[in-house]
Amino acid sequence: MINWSLIVTQCLNGVQLGVLLFLLASGLTLIFGIMDFVNLAHGSLYMIGAFFCATFTELTGSFWLALVLSLPAVAAVGILVELVVVRPLYARDHLDHVLATFGLILCFDTLVQMLWGPQGMAIPLPTFLNGRVTIWPGISFPTYRLLIILIGLAVAAGLYGIVTHTRVGMRIRAGASNRTMVSALGVNIQSLYTLVFALGAVLAGLAGLMIAPITEASIGMGNEIIIVAFVVIIIGGIGSIKGAFIAALLVGLIDTMGRAFLDGLLKLVISAQNAETAAPALSAMLIYILMAAVLAFRPQGLFPAKGQ
Amino acid sequence: MKRAVILNRRSWTLWMGLILLALVPVFTSLTGQSFYLDLVNRLMILAIAALSLNLILGHGGMISFGHAAYLGIGAYCVGIPAYYDVYSGWVHFPLAIGVSALFALLTGAICLRTTGVYFIMITMAFAQMMFFALVSIETYGGDDGLVIESRSAFDPWLNLEDNLTLYYVTFASLAVCLYLMHRMVQSRFGMVIEGAKGNERRMQAIGFNTYRYRLTSYIMSGAMCGFAGALLGNFTNFISPEMMDWMRSGELIFMVVLGGVGSWFGPVLGTAAFILLEEWLSGITIYWQLLFGAILILTVLFNRGGPLRGANKTRNRHA
Repeated sequence: MINWSLIVTQCLNGVQLGVLLFLLASGLTLIFGIMDFVNLAHGSLYMIGAFFCATFTELTGSFWLALVLSLPAVAAVGILVELVVVRPLYARDHLDHVLATFGLILCFDTLVQMLWGPQGMAIPLPTFLNGRVTIWPGISFPTYRLLIILIGLAVAAGLYGIVTHTRVGMRIRAGASNRTMVSALGVNIQSLYTLVFALGAVLAGLAGLMIAPITEASIGMGNEIIIVAFVVIIIGGIGSIKGAFIAALLVGLIDTMGRAFLDGLLKLVISAQNAETAAPALSAMLIYILMAAVLAFRPQGLFPAKGQ
Repeated sequence: MKRAVILNRRSWTLWMGLILLALVPVFTSLTGQSFYLDLVNRLMILAIAALSLNLILGHGGMISFGHAAYLGIGAYCVGIPAYYDVYSGWVHFPLAIGVSALFALLTGAICLRTTGVYFIMITMAFAQMMFFALVSIETYGGDDGLVIESRSAFDPWLNLEDNLTLYYVTFASLAVCLYLMHRMVQSRFGMVIEGAKGNERRMQAIGFNTYRYRLTSYIMSGAMCGFAGALLGNFTNFISPEMMDWMRSGELIFMVVLGGVGSWFGPVLGTAAFILLEEWLSGITIYWQLLFGAILILTVLFNRGGPLRGANKTRNRHA
């Protein structure tokens, strides 16, 4: 007997992880696609978003107000980072990008520890978000997780709209395909870069503050998920937002489904005891195996960005 | 001619450094400060790892951000046999080298199909894959790691249980690795690797299968780092997935860069600078990582003339 309720719930969990990954990966891929800059410290902005939200929730007593206040705060941090550390490095090679942003991670992790202490911070949710909603007779899902999915999808749609249908988006696309030409045509490329970096920071911060009520805000929370975000943009094709979206959902679903159902599936093939041992390790490796498989056939990812 | 002169001055520095390292146990036994023996021992182990990374990063222009995985694999090749009461170094070390080489072959074959930033992220992802795989294997301690009851024994000659023996084994290994590195870089093989870093197309045009050369160097680098990992497992008497966290890989890259990318024994100096700085700063304040991070950022911002620059234009090649 197949447990449909469990399958649907796990699917939604996968989508929820997927939209979070998309928020992180879209910022990364935009920054890379337009500035050719590798930002390892993107996960730190995710963490900072969570901590800002925790503090603002404490101060104002309202999660919603905190959400509204945190995003500009994260954008400000992003702009500061861009001006001080990132801007001098655009002309350098990737090794320098990686090293400097690695140093940034150490700084941010320690700063957060100094300001907020070594323990994590929990974010209490408004009561009506703590419940579950019935999405189908007999199948219910936590309200807050559903909200994450909806916000994530809305942001994805908004991002798509901005990039394809607005003047700023046109400049962003133009900057990605030929930055010399764009600046020759009179676009202030420096401020465009700052804008894109701030946008990436806001997206990462949003992801961090949305997950924090579930996992709490903790030091180093961005350092693990950032690698998964890398896997997402490798699979999707670096520089492509569409690729990031599809790959994020794919990775989120496969990771969640693997953890939920792999041992059950393995038990059909090998002994129960072996399955219990192998399944956790195999499901942890699943998304990386997917990445390897994609790369073996398409070294540039599924949707390589054009024009670079 | 110029090369020979530089080599002479360099080799003088090298010999002094090696003699200094050989004399460290004398100092520590005279002053009774075994802490420094451990510090230098750890430094030398990481120096071997940094040397191995320099082969592909410095000479080959391949920015591997997953080298800590090999340290971890090497250490687990000591820890897992020890868990089954196999303490023979004749098993541990060949296993560490073999498994690391195999992992390098499997992942390298895929990673090396890509260049530039893809390569950085993919090496990172594969290392993280090993990290998560070992976190989820409860038998070998999972997240908490595993204590190694007793160190590798090379019956009937050596037993690494004694700290001084381990120190000199590490020292000898470092010297051998330095020699190997020197020979490798001077050889035809090393020239091809460097040539492929400078201009891959040209190397292909004159008839070299650069992919194969790169993969070979990637495997050798992984094997050497796995060897360092086996030493590290012995040194710490403990293994945990944390050893292959990607932050460790980042630290290894910094050790190489601080010493001068692509130089011969620069990675050893870089490791020394890194470890001593870390030791010094962490004695000053518990928030030392802030200072450390700031120093790293400033090093990158103001060190414009790294040897890798110019020769390694990965920029825009990914498209």
